[in-house]
Amino acid sequence: MTINVQYFARLREDLGRDGDQVAATEGIDTVADLWRHLHREAPPPRLMVAVNQSHARLDSAIADGDEVAFFPPVTGG
Amino acid sequence: MAVRLFSEPFDPWSLVREREQELPMEKLGAASVFVGRMRDFNDAQDIRGMFLEHYPGMTERELERIVAEAEFRWPSITCEVAHRVGSIDPADTLVLVAVWSAHRVAARDACAEILERLKHEAPFWKRERLSDGSERWVEKNTPGR
Repeated sequence: MTINVQYFARLREDLGRDGDQVAATEGIDTVADLWRHLHREAPPPRLMVAVNQSHARLDSAIADGDEVAFFPPVTGG
Repeated sequence: MAVRLFSEPFDPWSLVREREQELPMEKLGAASVFVGRMRDFNDAQDIRGMFLEHYPGMTERELERIVAEAEFRWPSITCEVAHRVGSIDPADTLVLVAVWSAHRVAARDACAEILERLKHEAPFWKRERLSDGSERWVEKNTPGR
């Protein structure tokens, strides 16, 4: 099982990819853990996050099979 | 509740008229309608076009949640929400928020609340194309209140 990570908008362009697949391993308990595991640094300011297509926080828990999305502030309407 | 995304231009007034044909208009004394269009200027620069990115699945869920929470807060309202995605030209309609109610306060307040929450919570991102051909992401919306 894996965690499916997606990136949107400017973040996707800056990272140069749509997403990442992460094997669920010990030590990845929260959204912030996942970001640090993938990018080797603290999450940037104003980063937004969703877990399974609902808004979440950096300290939200994540589990095997989750879909986690990272994106910049939204600008619709 | 009706929430729709359009990848092609849509006429907001047709959506309002079509919806009104299904509604008990003799009960609905008030309608509050917001239509947002794409400008050809932003931050003192000419804008030629725009791409509106979204998060398929989550965007629809968020719009439905925002409308459902408004319907919980103002139980008398009926709502129609539509939003464009994809490539957009100046003057195209970006967003429609229409709210009907028996009385004006619920219609007016719910319309404003749905629009503000949509702008801050629904996953959409604007990328503008400038007159010199360059592109830029819009970093934040103009303040609403």
